[in-house]
Amino acid sequence: MERTSTGVPNEKMLMWTFIGSECMLFGSLLATFLVYRDQSIVGPYEEELLNIPFITVTTFVLLMSSLMMVLALSAVQRGDLRGSRLFLLLTAVLGLIFLGGQVYEFSHFAHEGLGLSRNLFAGTFYLTTGFHGAHVAVGVIWLLTLWTLALRRRLPPEKSVTVEVAGLYWHFVDVVWIVLFTVIYLMSGATGA
Amino acid sequence: MRRTRAGSPTRTLNFIVTIINLRAPGMTFMRLPLFTWMTFVVSFLIILAFPPFTISTVFLLFDRMFGTLFFEPAGGGDPRLWQHLFWIFGHPEVYILILPAFGIVSDVIPTFARKPLFGYPVVVYSGVLIAFLGFGVWAHHMFSVGLGPVANSAFSGLTMLIAIPTGVKIFNWIATMWGGALRFRTAMLFSVGLVGMFVIGGLSGVMHSAAPADLQQTDTYFVVAHFHYVLFGGSVLGLFAGVYYWFPKVTGRFLNERLGAVHFWLMFLGLNLTFFPMHFAGLLGQPRRTFTYPAGLGFEGFNLVSTIGAAVTFLAVLVFLVNLVRSLRAAPTAEANPWEASTIEWSISSPPPPHNFDRTPEITSRDPLWHDGIAPSAPGEEEFHMPNPSFWPLVVAGGLLLVMAGVLVGLPLVLFGVAVTLVGIYGWSFEPIH
Repeated sequence: MERTSTGVPNEKMLMWTFIGSECMLFGSLLATFLVYRDQSIVGPYEEELLNIPFITVTTFVLLMSSLMMVLALSAVQRGDLRGSRLFLLLTAVLGLIFLGGQVYEFSHFAHEGLGLSRNLFAGTFYLTTGFHGAHVAVGVIWLLTLWTLALRRRLPPEKSVTVEVAGLYWHFVDVVWIVLFTVIYLMSGATGA
Repeated sequence: MRRTRAGSPTRTLNFIVTIINLRAPGMTFMRLPLFTWMTFVVSFLIILAFPPFTISTVFLLFDRMFGTLFFEPAGGGDPRLWQHLFWIFGHPEVYILILPAFGIVSDVIPTFARKPLFGYPVVVYSGVLIAFLGFGVWAHHMFSVGLGPVANSAFSGLTMLIAIPTGVKIFNWIATMWGGALRFRTAMLFSVGLVGMFVIGGLSGVMHSAAPADLQQTDTYFVVAHFHYVLFGGSVLGLFAGVYYWFPKVTGRFLNERLGAVHFWLMFLGLNLTFFPMHFAGLLGQPRRTFTYPAGLGFEGFNLVSTIGAAVTFLAVLVFLVNLVRSLRAAPTAEANPWEASTIEWSISSPPPPHNFDRTPEITSRDPLWHDGIAPSAPGEEEFHMPNPSFWPLVVAGGLLLVMAGVLVGLPLVLFGVAVTLVGIYGWSFEPIH
């Protein structure tokens, strides 16, 4: 590995810096969401729509994908080829399940009459969770690419920093979701299903 | 604009990682040249200030194209949200423009005063402080919106605070020149010009920071006068200082000093003729962003002088362009360190070889070329950091070009451009690193 002034690999430093920038991105979205909470003039309103038990399940799935990510990194660092392939794939699949949940949720809301331009809740909700979903999608593509690298035996322990950086991104996206889940769903006043 | 937003943060991440991680041995943070320091600070401003702007333009795009209600009062939306998000970006943005110029003159003035920068750590910390405070003052652009006395007072106070680190920098530059062996080469003329002009712009800035006074000045030419003294008198003069200073290093050729002096004096005259009368026109009440005004309100004389000033500034730019073309046609004559500067880029040939240094230099002081010079690293540490030769960035740039063209032509081209860009980014990200 290249010598650096701090000893931290460049890729990792870059990802941390990028995450700092991303905090401002999601911060702006969340601030807007909070400012416009309960400001919708026409329904359907968030209390009628949000399905907390369902989202709790997909949240759990996303959290488990972070666990798989940790196991994948550990496997790559140990040179455990089978484990690398398995856990990278599992991380991506759990991410896909989460995305599937979001697709279901969006189409369900649309079915209930919440078009994108229906009210303020629609705009803020779709854009905030949509931005997050796009980040998950990028992560899934990234993970699947790493998985194909592992299949072709191109992820030796020396290259584990590549996986570590992907992991940093994945965990960050996961942490963002925990915040979104708390703010958008748990603090919504929705009573449940 | 959209393209700038995508490009700036990407390039900026690169700057940050390079400055943190790829410093030469012995190049501690407190030995970095000031221009590097300020580039570092500005990089953080860019990555933290651009995302709110990105989000606000996405909101605006959705409002216009898909009928969302973010800024639509009829649907409960609030246009003030746009103002907040925009200025959370917009105020740091003005420091993004001025801090590099501050960095440039902090490198140029010591060179032409033959003295180390006075109070180096204070100059560094005040730059950092300006950037930090810059995130807490956005609503001083919104005093007339009516946010209430508490918000206005808080933002007034924070804004006034910024005058302190800025004033500190001005005094440090003056103290650097004090008692120095001054040589007024063109780069130095522009740097001293910045110090003087920025003081004028800074003072009218402090006037704006008082909310009651600002209510009187909002949207008048007084504001136009203020920000041109800081952005033209500050940033633009600073950038020209940098151009004259590093031109021989970059191209191996000098810009003509006599034409340079003509350029400076014309520009100095032109900018003052253009922007100084605007103070008066603004205080008399001439609104900005209007192309005309009724006769007999007393604006005519001021505007006439401004028009003459603009013509003089145009002449100055013309002189610069002539200088540029003449110089680029001349034979390269610049030696390694024509200004007897202290920083390490002047230790290698002008223009520098593609790999910069033959051996990674070892830094032992803040002004290496004025002290012991630079010691080559011990053998065994030889490592050139060369950029990865890759054609993928070109694909990304081509894709973005298609997107921009598509905005004018039609949606299919936009989608095709997006696809090309994504393929480019993907290929770039995963190509094998050698």
